[in-house]
Amino acid sequence: MPALLEVDGVSKSFGGVAANVDISFDVAEGEMLGLIGPNGAGKTSLFNAIAGEVTPDAGEIRLNGTRISGLGPVACAAHGIARTFQVVRSFDSMTVLENVMVGAFARARGAREAMTVAADTLEFCGLLSRADRPAISLSPPEKRRLEVARALATGPRLLLLDEMLTGLTPTEAQEGVALVRAVQRRGITIIMVEHVMEVVLPLVSRAVVLNLGRVLTIGPPADIVRHADVIRAYLGDKYAPAA
Amino acid sequence: MDNSILRRRRTELVGGATVLLALAVLPLPIGDVYTQNLIIITILFAGLAQAWNILGGYCGQISLGHALYFGFGAYVSTLLFVRLGIPPAFGMLAGGAVGGAGALLVGWPCFRLSGHYYAIATVVVGEIGWLLFLNWDYVGGATGVYVPFKGDSWVALQFRTAKLPYHYLVLGFAAATWIAAFLIEGSRWGFAWRAVKDDFVAARSLGVRIFPSKMAAAAISGFFTGMGGAIYAQYVGYIDPDSVMAGALSILIPLPAVLGGVGTLWGPLIGAAVLIPVSELSRSYLGGSGRGVDLMIYGALIMVVALVRPQGLVSLFGRRRGGADARAA
Repeated sequence: MPALLEVDGVSKSFGGVAANVDISFDVAEGEMLGLIGPNGAGKTSLFNAIAGEVTPDAGEIRLNGTRISGLGPVACAAHGIARTFQVVRSFDSMTVLENVMVGAFARARGAREAMTVAADTLEFCGLLSRADRPAISLSPPEKRRLEVARALATGPRLLLLDEMLTGLTPTEAQEGVALVRAVQRRGITIIMVEHVMEVVLPLVSRAVVLNLGRVLTIGPPADIVRHADVIRAYLGDKYAPAA
Repeated sequence: MDNSILRRRRTELVGGATVLLALAVLPLPIGDVYTQNLIIITILFAGLAQAWNILGGYCGQISLGHALYFGFGAYVSTLLFVRLGIPPAFGMLAGGAVGGAGALLVGWPCFRLSGHYYAIATVVVGEIGWLLFLNWDYVGGATGVYVPFKGDSWVALQFRTAKLPYHYLVLGFAAATWIAAFLIEGSRWGFAWRAVKDDFVAARSLGVRIFPSKMAAAAISGFFTGMGGAIYAQYVGYIDPDSVMAGALSILIPLPAVLGGVGTLWGPLIGAAVLIPVSELSRSYLGGSGRGVDLMIYGALIMVVALVRPQGLVSLFGRRRGGADARAA
């Protein structure tokens, strides 16, 4: 499969702190990729660079061969990147349907079309019964679904999920997983950021493990969990298998 | 399901037409000039507050310098009439254009500031405008400009004794602002602006361009505010910086919207219908010494509404605007 997203030697420092150092990997069209690592590994910084919120100091990010790094979030959205937020952001003066319409306007010609797109997306995300509720009245897991719906309504090629499953009960997390799988079946490429490995590894085909701003390893989940450096990063030297 | 928005909009359109009709016949049985004047000023401020609401309510950019655009409109239309003989019916549009351009000029640097800093910047810019006009002889300086009377005319927007034409003039103005707000609410722009107001980070992640959204809202808001200034100038026949550009006006323009409900279609009208008569009555009952008391009543009203009904008076009518319901429930 051709690479949809190419992260090529990306580095970013905030003040004196190197959040990302020379990070490179590709994401294939239709793939679901995990981006994991302990707290402070640089996941969010890299995620924001792909979403256009952060401009890398060095390196380049390409979507479908076009450079998108440094263009800003609006241009990234126009190129087909959509995202959710670690701390949920909703438009609280609007209804659920109206929230999703904001996303739908990215591709809809008029308000009626935006409404149809938004309603279809809400149905897909299992929120149609909440359409006319104020967004502020949703429960936390519903709000995460709303973020996914809003992002999907833009018609993205690449969906970035930022700790979408963190903090949910097991049942809620299962429903979330089902939604993510359904999104992937639509042919949308997904990058999932999670710091809890057991949540993300069963879902993804490959994972990028970051530690202290660098790529520790990239590979299929089965290899990741056995990788000595990964175990060391998460659990400390004591648990690492003897070399 | 997805018809709920359309249904609500249809209801609001019917409501708008009904209110327009009611306000059109309202002055017919009223004979005394005082009441006629009160209604005209109320409707004018309903329109001005709606113009402010387009930027401050829908787009969330709190401007406390709208007196500047109001003054621009008043001065442009008056000076075009006095100096060049261009009738105010056209001057009104020119005044609106300059008001809109003024809002864009202020917005260009100030929209880079966020939240409270934008509001503070607009206060300062408004005061600068007032000072400049106070010391600018070409525009009459502190003595102001008289609008010469040249006979009753819809082109010059002058009517010596009749109040009724002015009533329909301000009603047309207020209706235009309402229709503009109505159209914005249902359009791509309205959704983008409200998204900018609620959470600009989420908005731009969905492809909403923040700065152009604010500028568009400012231009439309400034245009209508300038137009209102031009109408006001023709109505009172005399302008000076204190009457059309003073800081107090920058507070008076948003107040009805704040009281009635920010970011709602009906808030500005409801707020004006309560606020302007209360202020006029208190001013006339308390006489000359009452100057300032009307402002205290404003303050008290705003405090009561902020405490009891933070969504504004409009929420009393059960008209839901997103979060209003949830917080009340």
